[in-house]
Amino acid sequence: MIALSDYLVFSGLLFSIAVAGIFLNRKNVILLLMCIELMLLAVNVNFIAFSHFLDDMVGQVFVFFILTVAAAEAAIGLAILVVLFRNRRTINVEDLDALKG
Amino acid sequence: MENVYLTIVLAPLIGAITAGFFGGKIGRRSAHSVTIVGVGISAALSLWVLSRFIWHDQPVFNDTIYTWMVSDGIRFEVGFLVDKLTVLMMSTVSFVSLMVHIYTIGYMADDEHNWSHGALTGRNSYQRFFSYISLFTFSMLMLVMSNNFMQLFFGWEAVGLVSYLLIGFWSTRETAIFANFKAFLVNRVGDFGFILGIAAVGMYFNSMDYAEVFARAPELANTEVALFGGISLMSLICILLFVGAMGKSAQVPLHVWLPDSMEGPTPISALIHAATMVTAGVFMVARMSPLYELSETALSFILIVGSSTAFFMGLIGLVQNDIKRVVAYSTLSQLGYMVTALGASAYAAGIFHLMTHAFFKALLFLAAGSVIIALHHKQDISQMGGLRKYMPITWLTALFGSLALIGFPGFSGFFSKDAIIEAVGSSQIFGSGYATLLLTVGVLVTALYSFRMYFLVFHGKERMDEHTKHHLHETSWVVTLPLVLLAIPSIFIGWYAVEPLLIDNWFASGNWNPIVVAHEHDTLHHLREHWHGQAAFVQHGITALPFFLAMTGLGLAIIIWWVLFRWNPNIDTQIQAAGGPVTQLLQDKYGFDDFNQRVLAGGSRDLGRMLWLTGDRTLIDGMIVNGSAGRVAHMAQWARHLQTGYLYDYAIAMIVGLISLLTFFVMF
Amino acid sequence: MGFEKFLFYVFALITLWASGMVITRRNPVHSVLFLVLAFVTSAALWILLEAEFLGIVLILVYVGAVMVLFLFVVMMLDIDLAALRAGFIRYLPLGAIVTLVMAIEMFLVVGSETFNLSAFPAPDAADSSLNNTRELGLLLYTIYLYPVEIAAVILLVAIVAAIRLTLRRRPENKYIDPARQVLVRKGIDRIRIVKMASEPFEKEESA
Repeated sequence: MIALSDYLVFSGLLFSIAVAGIFLNRKNVILLLMCIELMLLAVNVNFIAFSHFLDDMVGQVFVFFILTVAAAEAAIGLAILVVLFRNRRTINVEDLDALKG
Repeated sequence: MENVYLTIVLAPLIGAITAGFFGGKIGRRSAHSVTIVGVGISAALSLWVLSRFIWHDQPVFNDTIYTWMVSDGIRFEVGFLVDKLTVLMMSTVSFVSLMVHIYTIGYMADDEHNWSHGALTGRNSYQRFFSYISLFTFSMLMLVMSNNFMQLFFGWEAVGLVSYLLIGFWSTRETAIFANFKAFLVNRVGDFGFILGIAAVGMYFNSMDYAEVFARAPELANTEVALFGGISLMSLICILLFVGAMGKSAQVPLHVWLPDSMEGPTPISALIHAATMVTAGVFMVARMSPLYELSETALSFILIVGSSTAFFMGLIGLVQNDIKRVVAYSTLSQLGYMVTALGASAYAAGIFHLMTHAFFKALLFLAAGSVIIALHHKQDISQMGGLRKYMPITWLTALFGSLALIGFPGFSGFFSKDAIIEAVGSSQIFGSGYATLLLTVGVLVTALYSFRMYFLVFHGKERMDEHTKHHLHETSWVVTLPLVLLAIPSIFIGWYAVEPLLIDNWFASGNWNPIVVAHEHDTLHHLREHWHGQAAFVQHGITALPFFLAMTGLGLAIIIWWVLFRWNPNIDTQIQAAGGPVTQLLQDKYGFDDFNQRVLAGGSRDLGRMLWLTGDRTLIDGMIVNGSAGRVAHMAQWARHLQTGYLYDYAIAMIVGLISLLTFFVMF
Repeated sequence: MGFEKFLFYVFALITLWASGMVITRRNPVHSVLFLVLAFVTSAALWILLEAEFLGIVLILVYVGAVMVLFLFVVMMLDIDLAALRAGFIRYLPLGAIVTLVMAIEMFLVVGSETFNLSAFPAPDAADSSLNNTRELGLLLYTIYLYPVEIAAVILLVAIVAAIRLTLRRRPENKYIDPARQVLVRKGIDRIRIVKMASEPFEKEESA
């Protein structure tokens, strides 16, 4: 049988890959957003796995809301990206240092 | 009667307001008319009330006119307590004030010359002066008629304010500003003690009303306060209140402001700094006699302070050459006599001397002012002489004033001063021996300085310059009329008042006795027992030591400043030079001024400078205010490098935080 | 190894491989496509965990809408790929170390030590009559009604925000303002009557 730990390890690996993605693609905002999506996916897997093994539907309710928020976040993030590109002709993070102290 | 009393108080106030706020519009004549009418109404009504008390057995009035506020059971009210003590003060104050008002018309007639040309503050100074003295009359009447401590304090501060305004009246003069500032500061010291005393009364009696406080005083006679290792409550209250009196009545060491206050115009020197305001302290202590009788410590303190003032300040008068300053030191000395009487529990004698002194000292001041007018505002007695011929009325009234001052038998001063010396002599409390000695010798000193001045001014060679001499003439009737009117009571009031005031305890009316004297403190007892009428008192007086001393002083004065002066016009300076260090000490006024200037004022300045430099600039400004801001800026300067503005740095920071947290979670 | 376990491993490995491809592809379009793959296989895993509704939603909403939005944006933007890839190799060692540390630590926490089958026994397969959608709906529309409404507001805000951010008026475009259209007054705004002097008739000179 598939143990709970299998799912948790799977989601841990998925999360770690997403973190590695942030490290590697630090200059590409689109890939950063995708990595965040991957992280959220890993978290969702955790929720659903626990929901299944603890036989509690609330975990799925959580996932439902996370999906909602993630969708909103993606929509706004991409909108910002589009506006950014329109104004700066670039999405290179290296060129975006207006907040430099 | 309430309306009468209100009129007495408010008439001068209305005059003051009219002359003060509308002086420029109504002009000089109207300004002095309205204030004189106001004070005249006051004086007339006061005398009428006095006559009611004397001949018609007028009941004591003690009632609240207006309640200002009630706070935690303590009522703050405006109310009048009119008994015989009050009415005596009211009459004296309003009468002398009326005289001074009339006199001022002459004295301030050409006040424009006293201002530097075009000084803005000199505009309408005449009207303003009248407004001030009327306001003073109002304040003083509020003070004496008060039936509670709050109103007493109001009057106390109000007279202080007017005194301050009037000392610095010629505000373009450097010395006047210095003098009024000095008076203000010294009075602050006294008033601080005074308000502490009132606060102590409020705290322990939970009332501001005289009658209530006096009624409850014996209950608290044995209460102790945990202060300085335990002190009797009554001693504390009495000494604190007396500190206020020391400021107002210029007792050592808070006397330093009074001689300097002579910078003000002479009418106010007469009214405020001789006859009335400075006696407020004496009146206050007499009024509080039910409290003072409960504290022998306070009485001893008063006795010693008063007698020291009486003697040592009189000595300074010997070396002064400014005519007003001589009279000022004489005032200090006489105030010392009054206060000593209070210390010996002879409150009646103190008040008696207060009254006689008010008349003859106002007379002397106004006479000095008359001389000053005639000499075009020159005040140096070494530049006077022989004025007798030119100013007969001034001369004669000044002679009567001086005789009253030295206590020549039959004159009013004789009765009051002799009674004081008798009373102090029979006092048994600590310090009475010292006080008796000083007061007795003080009589000699009084005679010396009084007649030194008298002879230097009115007799001998005319030492003023030709121009001045050419214009010498007697002053106008507005000046001489008050002199004459004041000379009459200066001569006779003692004769008529001594018996009721001292012997018959006239102050008590019905069951209300404003002057309470404990049996063991009753120093007038002896006088009362051996009383055989005024004539006998005079007869007895001329066989006693004080009279002998006074006559010695008078004789010495005649010999030195009249007889010897004819041959040797420099005798005065020669005597002073012969005095050597003693003269020097007297001219330095025992160093009080230097001490105050150097140690207190200089010390305060140095302390302030030190606090400013180290406390304010270095510590607060430098370290706390600018320092903290600087540190924040410094740290921010460093911390801002953390903010690269690059998105991935923030992401990595978050990841590092996450890993650290995870590590912590795994490890522990 | 049962079929279920086989499916789990297949989908899990495909998901991990796809996500690995997401972060390493040079072309963002490829990355998005691999992300789609990772989502789809994850959805399969969710269905394996008896979360059928969410699995379907993940595919329909996430893959169908959000991922397509990603793809759309990536393709729309004219990106200089070379500049964005710069430093990829340089950050590889650090990224690998951090990732490895994190993975190991997570493994220590959630590994089979604690969450094994004996501690958390696998539940029996649910009855086929059980309706996951219905169960979830019952929860959402009763206990979680307010959060659902708040989520709706959040989505609305996101819509408005996204539109407002990207909206721009091009000067060359011609718009119709409906408000002004509605406010037109009869006879005044529609026709303008101009008074003018009559033109004198002129003979044509050039005949």
